Amino acid sequence: MHSLDDAFSAMADPTRRAILARLAKGEATVLDLAKPFKMTQPAISQHLKVLEEAGLVLTRVDGSRRPRRLAKPGIEAVDRWLAMLRKALEKNYDRLDQVLAATEPK
Amino acid sequence: MSKLTLKTEGDTHVIVTRRFAAPPEALYRAHTDPKLIQQWLLGPDGWTMPVCLNDARPGGKFRYEWKDSKGHGFHITGEFLALEPFSRIVHVERMHLPDPTPENHVETRFDPDGAGTLMTMRMTLPDAHTRAAMLATGMEGGMEASYVRLEGII
Repeated sequence: MHSLDDAFSAMADPTRRAILARLAKGEATVLDLAKPFKMTQPAISQHLKVLEEAGLVLTRVDGSRRPRRLAKPGIEAVDRWLAMLRKALEKNYDRLDQVLAATEPK
Repeated sequence: MSKLTLKTEGDTHVIVTRRFAAPPEALYRAHTDPKLIQQWLLGPDGWTMPVCLNDARPGGKFRYEWKDSKGHGFHITGEFLALEPFSRIVHVERMHLPDPTPENHVETRFDPDGAGTLMTMRMTLPDAHTRAAMLATGMEGGMEASYVRLEGII
């Protein structure tokens, strides 16, 4: 079971967020990723390892290729969490609408 | 249709916007008068704010305490840096869980928007990791914290 802390911590890094954004468009190998990010393959592999351990990325075995893709359950867990926070925030402001309506000078 | 937007900006900012039917003056009061704050800054159902102390002037301190129905809770403390009636509030705050979190610098603007108000809250965390920790911890009170929609992250 991956924790949300690991997921958010993994996403705190801008390069890893960019890798997730790239993988959101489709799977990619370390080689595919190294080029646009102008990073060495070991550096990319290290970032992918962090993302994989956080449950956000999966590796597929395809002959000698190891394409990576987004891990749906991990991404969805983050999304659910964010939706919950968003709901709490929306609830506050819906309540504020009512407070404002009640205190409005006639 | 949601009136709320939340997004991250750069590595350390979180931006929240929300439109209100009421004018900026009313919004400003609802963010500075403890009696009003206690009525809405509560987060999920079941939470209350039994303590709401605030000295709304530049340099003034505030302390907000939340409790859920089982008596669990947490509090935040902070200081006001700037107050410009009725358009802008700048403050710093930290959550006590119970150890204090790094400071969140928050600028809240109330701009006229037709007959109503566009509120823009800009939070600045010390670094990307602190922002991630804030999002992951979750601000159970659902306070003026926030988070990012997934599209904002990836």
